[in-house]
Amino acid sequence: MTEWTALTLGKKIQAGEISAVEATKATLERIKNLEPTLNSFITVEEESALKQAEEVQKKITAGELTGPLAGVPAALKDNLCTEGIRTTCGSRILQNFIPTYTASAVRNLQRAGAILLGKTNMDEFAMGSSTETSYYGPTKNPRNTAYVPGGSSGGSCAAVAAEECFYALGSDTGGSVRQPSAFCGVTGLKPTYGTVSRYGLIAYGSSLEQIGPIARDVADCAAILEAIASHDKKDSTSVKRRDYDFTSALAEDIKGMKIGVLTDYFGSGLDPQVKTAVLKAAETLRDCGALVEEVKLNLTDYAIPAYYVIASAEASSNLARFDGVKYGYRAPEYEGLHSMYKRTRTEGFGTEVKRRIMLGSFVLSQGYYDAYYLKALRARALIKQEFDKAFEKYDIILGPTAPTTAPKLGESLRDPMKMYLGDIYTISANLAGLPAISLPCGKDSKGLPIGLQLMGNCFEEKKLLRAAYTFERANAASITEKGDRDDRRPVYGSAVPERSSL
Amino acid sequence: MRHQITDETISQLENLAKLELSPEEREQAKKDMGEMLHYIDRLNELDTTGTEPMSHVFPINNVFREDIVEQENNREAILKNAPAQRDGSFQVPKTLE
Amino acid sequence: MKHKYESVIGLEVHVELATKTKIFCSCSTAFGGAPNTHTCPVCTGMPGALPVLNRQVVEYAIAVGLATNCAIARYCKFDRKNYFYPDNPQNYQISQLYLPICRDGYIEIETENGRKRIGIHEIHMEEDAGKLIHDVAEGCSLVDYNRSGVPLIEIVSQPDMRSAEEVIAYLDELRATIQYLGASDCKLQEGSMRVDVNLSVRKVGEKNYGTRTEMKNLNSFKAITRAIEAEAARQTELLEAGKPVIQETRRWDDDKGESYAMRSKEDTRDYRYFPEPDLVPIVISEEWIREIRARQPELRPQKLLRYKREYNIPDYDARLLTAAKGMADMFEETTALCGLPKKVSNWLMVETMRLQKERGMDQEEIPFSSENLAKLIRLTEDGTINSTVAKEVFEKIFEEDIEPEQYVEERGLRTVHDENTLRTCVERIIAENPKSVSDYRNGKEKAMGFLVGQTMKAMKGKANPELVKELLRELL
Repeated sequence: MTEWTALTLGKKIQAGEISAVEATKATLERIKNLEPTLNSFITVEEESALKQAEEVQKKITAGELTGPLAGVPAALKDNLCTEGIRTTCGSRILQNFIPTYTASAVRNLQRAGAILLGKTNMDEFAMGSSTETSYYGPTKNPRNTAYVPGGSSGGSCAAVAAEECFYALGSDTGGSVRQPSAFCGVTGLKPTYGTVSRYGLIAYGSSLEQIGPIARDVADCAAILEAIASHDKKDSTSVKRRDYDFTSALAEDIKGMKIGVLTDYFGSGLDPQVKTAVLKAAETLRDCGALVEEVKLNLTDYAIPAYYVIASAEASSNLARFDGVKYGYRAPEYEGLHSMYKRTRTEGFGTEVKRRIMLGSFVLSQGYYDAYYLKALRARALIKQEFDKAFEKYDIILGPTAPTTAPKLGESLRDPMKMYLGDIYTISANLAGLPAISLPCGKDSKGLPIGLQLMGNCFEEKKLLRAAYTFERANAASITEKGDRDDRRPVYGSAVPERSSL
Repeated sequence: MRHQITDETISQLENLAKLELSPEEREQAKKDMGEMLHYIDRLNELDTTGTEPMSHVFPINNVFREDIVEQENNREAILKNAPAQRDGSFQVPKTLE
Repeated sequence: MKHKYESVIGLEVHVELATKTKIFCSCSTAFGGAPNTHTCPVCTGMPGALPVLNRQVVEYAIAVGLATNCAIARYCKFDRKNYFYPDNPQNYQISQLYLPICRDGYIEIETENGRKRIGIHEIHMEEDAGKLIHDVAEGCSLVDYNRSGVPLIEIVSQPDMRSAEEVIAYLDELRATIQYLGASDCKLQEGSMRVDVNLSVRKVGEKNYGTRTEMKNLNSFKAITRAIEAEAARQTELLEAGKPVIQETRRWDDDKGESYAMRSKEDTRDYRYFPEPDLVPIVISEEWIREIRARQPELRPQKLLRYKREYNIPDYDARLLTAAKGMADMFEETTALCGLPKKVSNWLMVETMRLQKERGMDQEEIPFSSENLAKLIRLTEDGTINSTVAKEVFEKIFEEDIEPEQYVEERGLRTVHDENTLRTCVERIIAENPKSVSDYRNGKEKAMGFLVGQTMKAMKGKANPELVKELLRELL
């Protein structure tokens, strides 16, 4: 059962074939067995999950909850505030923080009848690409535990891949939903900026980030997005969209759709196996009736520097509130106020967070603001213009999600510059506010998943979902034809015996 | 342009960001920041003359709230996570020298 | 002193706006709640909380900008000002640096050399900080976020003022303007108006500015005047001694009558302002400005002109009455009830302001109703009570807002006009004071005054003094 998609489970729950409580128990059982190896979760809320499941099931039985996700167990990245449930952001500084309110996106999910299993591991304050900067230890990639799951939403992606939940929410500031989705072989979507409320998402780079769904397939992503997206009066940057019916886009029809293969993303640094798989995916889409041609954007090289200036600057200010006064960790020993601040923050934050706070403080400081911060904002404007131009011609822009498949544990931490460069294909969507999805398109010789990234124009999630859905179907058909086993299952999925008799 | 990040800059940033680095961390920070800034300097290749800095992706304006009190008024909740509290207030080391 | 020096003064005035809710959340701005009872995740800087702008704050800021002849920005934004301090829950203050809402205005003041324009550099919107209570015994401070997020506007003047008198005149005018708009009550003592004084001195005739200091903790107009005079003297003394003035922030101690430098080694002054990513820009249309202008009440300059025209009162009276909106409202209401604008003006300017001053009250605080003042004026006009009694009754009105007609009746304070009663009394006084009588008869006019006084005293102040005088003359 745990390998079912969220929508499949939801349908069976509505049909009375299985109960929300049974599904929750099965998932919790799997969590119990796999967590010692994977560490996808920082906090598992077993009791509360079972209680929710009972309550939700009652409402389903009474016909009060009829949505497609009602009764389906889900996990949340640990930077989403949940009332009464510890929310750490993967940091020591919030090790004992219990929010008094719930993030808007999570409330939307609860209204849709989601069962919240717990909070997933992440790079500290979402700063990192491997989930190794977490204070709570690294998460392992369920496809091969010698490898990282990617990050920063590594815990969410690993949990979905390992069937510890049916879907999860992540957040994406520079690729933090898409890159770990690619590494773990799951599907992750970053919506257009403003589509999902950021209220209750503990901020890293406010102008860049969005909460997004991580799931087994495109249809699940569409359904989850439909549930979490809303115009929220508590988030001034929340947008009132014309369309929220994302599942209506799920059709295998891309005839005449114009897809640009972004040649900028196929240069040096791209793993040849990734390149082959992604180009093959482009061919698949062509076979499905899309017009596929090459497109070049001029400013790709400037995306990373612009991104790191903007994200670090915003982070240096966003993370100032963690000071040992109102919540979270306070150093046990200090002399006076400023020493309390310094000790608390020094002991409470990890290396990567401190690195970005220092950089962010620098680029905003006197004498450097114009040269770095404003320059980056201008570069951002130009990058956005480039994409605007490209989307006048193309419906979708296609490329790899990441230059390589998942690196081995420990590799990323050695060279931060290299880690930053790994974000090269994902950050443009954040700078320009675009929706983008990562979905599996093959495996490398080590058996590690490869991610295909599709980017759409702002507010064109439906087009994006349609293209992704079409590709997913066509790809699945070709795998079945070749007689490959369904590679959505993690390698040791059999570690837990099927308990269909539940 | 190579960036020589000085000890003075690092200590200024530590004060601004309220961090306290160990001597080894300082050396590492100088190196990391220098490299990062060197990399960021490639933005200077870009001609941004006449381009307005973009701090928001969309031209959304005038998002307001009406002036109506809707108070949660739950002091207990607000203070629940405080590392130190007294008399309904957050307690901090004395702020007056 | 070898040279003649002049002060160059600019002001930064913070005003708390009279909104019901805070600038970025729906918590009440009401005074006096127990610590942290007017708080929510937004104004206590909880992780994940986001600000949403109160429309009324923008409208008040525009209204003040229009009333002070500012250009209203068509496009403005908020910025974050980053600094660590416990009264600031996010460790950044949301303020406006790069694109403030109003710019380049002015206010006109009266000086001994005539009218003078004081330039306003800008007005911007920002959030107030929380309150710190220092517990000396425990060696700690306690933070209350009830005031955190209360909306403020900061009005930054040009360095156009040259004396404490000009500063007070500017503040008077600014305060009246803001009170008239209903944008704030502007009470210095309660902190809803806060004044920081930037002051430098230079030799008269010098074109360049000297090094300035910023003075804080000025809680009354009197403190402002004293601080300006003390700081000008301090800087002049330094310059005369050939010592430099250090650019610094100083705290005024009104009890000691001196200031001291506020310094902290951790105080690195680099606020790293950048555009607030959680708030969207404000676009202000012509139409919106027109709407706000149309709603604008009559302001002090228009009122001054109208008072002189409509009520025919002297310029001096009009100025005094219009300095505080509460006073002007009282004047208009009372005059509408009993006419006699000059009489009303006198009661307000002389007795009311004297009692307010004695009790340390603000001119806005008028503790009685216009009805009772109007009745009192009618009672004096129709001769029911004389002026001595009227003053006594007025104090009662000021203290308890008593109904004067009933009060006069109950206490038998009516003036005695009855000739027979008065004649009997005057005859007695003449009989009892032969010395004064003979003095008067020998041409000493002074003696008359004494006899009138004695009669009034005997009548417990309630006699009609004109009639008493008449009777005395007749009987002598």
